[in-house]
Amino acid sequence: MIPGSFDYHRPKSVSEAVKLLRGSEGARILAGGHSLLPMMKLRVTEPSALVDLGGIAALRGIKKVGAVILIGAMTTQHEVLASALIGKNCPLLHEAAKQIADPQIRYAGTLGGNVANGDPGNDMPAVMLALDAAYHIAGTGKPRMVKARAFYKGTYETALKAGEIVTAIEVPATPKQAYAYEKLKRKIGDYATAAAAVVLTMKAGKIVTCSIALTNLGPTPLLADAAAKALVGRVPDEAAVTEAVAAARSIMDPANDTRGTPEYRVSVGGIYVARALKRAIARAGA
Amino acid sequence: MPTVHVKLKVNGKAVEGQCEPRTLLVHFIRENLGLTGTHIGCETTHCGACTIDLDGKSVKSCTMLAVQAEGSDVRTIEGMANADGTLGALQEGFRQMHGLQCGYCTPGMIVRAHRLLQEIPNPTEEEIRYGISGNLCRCTGYQNIVKSIQHAAAKLRGEEFKEAAE
Repeated sequence: MIPGSFDYHRPKSVSEAVKLLRGSEGARILAGGHSLLPMMKLRVTEPSALVDLGGIAALRGIKKVGAVILIGAMTTQHEVLASALIGKNCPLLHEAAKQIADPQIRYAGTLGGNVANGDPGNDMPAVMLALDAAYHIAGTGKPRMVKARAFYKGTYETALKAGEIVTAIEVPATPKQAYAYEKLKRKIGDYATAAAAVVLTMKAGKIVTCSIALTNLGPTPLLADAAAKALVGRVPDEAAVTEAVAAARSIMDPANDTRGTPEYRVSVGGIYVARALKRAIARAGA
Repeated sequence: MPTVHVKLKVNGKAVEGQCEPRTLLVHFIRENLGLTGTHIGCETTHCGACTIDLDGKSVKSCTMLAVQAEGSDVRTIEGMANADGTLGALQEGFRQMHGLQCGYCTPGMIVRAHRLLQEIPNPTEEEIRYGISGNLCRCTGYQNIVKSIQHAAAKLRGEEFKEAAE
């Protein structure tokens, strides 16, 4: 299994990378390569050129800037997990990163690749929806920023235009927010059959803020807005959680694939929403 | 087909070779460099038989281009023995604790366990199992692989390995 032929470029700067992407029709960005190279080996995709972002130092690094944590797009999942700054300020990222693929893939796979690929099976997009993160994007014009909640348009379709690159991910620092990422997968290394990300805060036994997002339960990652609203202002008892789960299930539209029928995935999707909610609620109370 | 020149360090030695950009690192290591200890198992990023150590990371070399490894420092199973040619701690552990049967996954297991022990010198059984979860073995049921890594970890810490009661 060997990929088709392509030209290989390893630019040193983002502007050079943008120029290379625009200069060659059929060029693709190579980040960690663990989604793209397997597809190229199967000849599912045959890019004319690869623009490897691995040599661009500006795309690495994790820092706190005011009230946000700014994470370079080429930061690997392994580096996310090794970052105490992320652990303290966005612990949901750690919980999700631990459940992505396997150790070797976490050394290679990048946060930028995970969020920008537009694959509904990737875990970080739902995490970013729940956290209300934003993506920094570079192209030929002025750099722009797109909210994760406005980024996903369809399967492998995002707000990225041709020649644009996600350069960084901006996550609000919320050290006091309770969180959980619950993922059902058939085996280590598999994409989610269903998964749910939850962040919430509580006061005096009632839910004050809440976000719920879903992985691989639709053509894009889904923000379960009505489900979260069903909980705000309430004591999260069994009845409230059941109501939220029903609202979350009503927006699920999973594919029929080797991971199960849509009926099955909606069923377990709801169970995983309930589990994530209960664990986040327990953490908020702790 | 245009080719690229790739220079890197493998097992402490500077090496170089000419290949196409599409050449996978595992093929470069096996075919250009003649180091066939690194195995090709599934070729789909699942099994971990092709695992090598690259700049302090465990990497599935079937899912990386040789050209991406330009300038890097690589270690393969051929570089795991002691300088005097005797078995390294992990090799010795796998031998003593019967950590292999057919041996196909062993190079990847040992190279992966090497990085795991660099990061966690005294891992729990759970940490070992999580740490090698990207490496598949179809013979051992993993029991003896876990013990082999514990054996090596103890030796590297200068302790004697005591097998947990079952």
